[in-house]
Amino acid sequence: MDERKIRVVVAKPGLDGHDRGAKVVARALRDAGMEVVYTGLRQTPEQIVETVLQEDADAVGISILSGAHTFYFTKIIGLLKEKDAGDIIVFGGGVIPDKDIPGLLEAGAGAVFGPGTPTSVCVEWLEKAVADKRAKEQ
Amino acid sequence: MNTEYKEARAKFEAGVAKSLQKHKERKESFSTGGGLPLGRLYGPDDVESVDYMRDIGFPGEYPFTRGVQPTMYRGRFWTMRQYAGFASAEESNERYRYLLSQGTTGLSVAFDLPTQIGYDSDDPMAQGECGKVGVAIDSLQDMEILFDQIPLDKVSTSMTINAPASVLLAMYICVGEKQGVPMDVLSGTIQNDILKEYIARGTYIFPPKPSMRLITDIFEFCSENVPKWNTISISGYHIREAGSTAAQEVAFTLADGIAYVEAAARKGLDPNVFGERLSFFFNAHNDFLEEVAKFRAARRMWARIMKDRFGVTNPKAQMLRFHTQTGGSTLTAQQPENNIVRVTMQALAAVLGGTQSLHTNSMDEALALPSEKSVGIALKTQQIIAYESGVTNTVDPLAGSYVVESLTNEIEKKAFEYIGQIDDMGGMLTAIEKGYVQKHIQDAAYDYQRSVEAKESIVVGVNKFQVREDNREMNLLTVDASVGERQIAKLRKLKEARDNLAVKNALEDIRAAAADDSRNLMPLIINAVRSYATEGEICGVLRNVFGEYTENIVL
Repeated sequence: MDERKIRVVVAKPGLDGHDRGAKVVARALRDAGMEVVYTGLRQTPEQIVETVLQEDADAVGISILSGAHTFYFTKIIGLLKEKDAGDIIVFGGGVIPDKDIPGLLEAGAGAVFGPGTPTSVCVEWLEKAVADKRAKEQ
Repeated sequence: MNTEYKEARAKFEAGVAKSLQKHKERKESFSTGGGLPLGRLYGPDDVESVDYMRDIGFPGEYPFTRGVQPTMYRGRFWTMRQYAGFASAEESNERYRYLLSQGTTGLSVAFDLPTQIGYDSDDPMAQGECGKVGVAIDSLQDMEILFDQIPLDKVSTSMTINAPASVLLAMYICVGEKQGVPMDVLSGTIQNDILKEYIARGTYIFPPKPSMRLITDIFEFCSENVPKWNTISISGYHIREAGSTAAQEVAFTLADGIAYVEAAARKGLDPNVFGERLSFFFNAHNDFLEEVAKFRAARRMWARIMKDRFGVTNPKAQMLRFHTQTGGSTLTAQQPENNIVRVTMQALAAVLGGTQSLHTNSMDEALALPSEKSVGIALKTQQIIAYESGVTNTVDPLAGSYVVESLTNEIEKKAFEYIGQIDDMGGMLTAIEKGYVQKHIQDAAYDYQRSVEAKESIVVGVNKFQVREDNREMNLLTVDASVGERQIAKLRKLKEARDNLAVKNALEDIRAAAADDSRNLMPLIINAVRSYATEGEICGVLRNVFGEYTENIVL
């Protein structure tokens, strides 16, 4: 069993200022024992990927409520792959119509959590996803 | 309080205590959505401290607890104002004309994020965001299309624009010019409330000091030239959406208001004059009684603040006039039709609280921007309250309700405590800088999330009474992905066709004046806009002179 703490970056890409969800999730992940870095607002995909790599994060959570989700998920996942970091878990949430979710998952997102999701669901999913990822690395 | 009542009440309480041993209440203790303790029963003794003339008074009279007009909705209903805008100016113009044909009585423009943050559609920062949460406006040309065939002397227009408010107001003034409508006839509102952007909404550009200067430049310019314009809409809406309680919403909004009045007074403006043009914007949340009390408390508090703190004697400058929007964060993605019911209750609270204008959210807004059909239902909700519910036929019908008056007092007390703490810290700018305000809001948001997960707070369809469903069937609005490309093409053409020397000179004039606090930037911005300088160009010059704000992250 890998005892390293889970490291996760919670990111707000683009110009969207709705940060309630990102901050609540960041706190819930922290309370669940993870090491959480919250980027703050107005991050470009390049800045987010840079933070993820610098922080040696297991995962990055993206919060978008502006409708620009497809653009940012695809871009961030693409940049991670370019940097040979395609194994980093990408998940997210926000105001995202159900019909857009399959496209995000196909692009490489591990999970997309809609409004009303309990933070405990998010925590459990991430714990399992990181455990699976670490198991593969060994 | 007569002894007969006191004895009867004591007897009643004793009887209840006895029956509680057999039949417990649903909870150990009850509280409002905002966490204020709520008693079992309110009676005359709970409002013993209330002095009718001092604390309640008559509508249209200080302290305006019962409303800002003597006849309220018996005279005229509130303005039914639906916030709308998406994609390009062409599509949004069509939506506005639809809303006007459906009986909406005022427009409310939603701008996309690049416009709100001072970037043109061809800026790298605008990628993926053009036309998404509102309409993309790059230059006067777009604004002309946005208001095509909408007579600016007949409608009032509210624009949700903050950091670049002067630029968008300048564009509106220029559209008026082209329609032959002079500035002094234009009526409407710009949000222009930068402090809550730092606290909760996030579309800031410049640091606080130059931002406050831009705001007071607008106050000054409009009091001389655009006298019917509401120069600011001091907003609690987003503070509440970010998770605050009702009392915090009132406290932080009025504390922002105090900061603006102080800044304008320092510039030498008379609060008796500009005070008339200050307007407010609140959220209408679920807890019905608390919300009604909140609106009444806010009105009374602002009147007291203006009179006692700033010595304002003009009653119009003591009045808190406000717009309300129903609470976006209360909408659920699950069983979206239920949102129609939530919105109805919230809207009713706003009306019973005496709102001057109202936006009702659409049922599908937890999923996407609203479709035309759902916007229609939201507007009809207001019309049904106005024409069918009967609550509009008498003024402030809940006044004198023991519980409503008690909650009104409680919210005032709690909110003044926060304002006192903010004063002690040296005012709202310092409180924001120190993260005090953000921290309080975030703690409230997190507490609420935990109470939902622990099922102490019930959200129908989310943590109780769930049903399996699939929203993919819903007919949601999607924004055409080509908006960005179309805007970029328009910009390229515009930059070829306009007089670029005039643009350059106008921008240089702004640069020079920006560095000099004693000058008012408004006339120069109007001049630049008229020569078709873009929003991004104007904000770019100001960014160079003023610098940019960086967020103080509080977690």
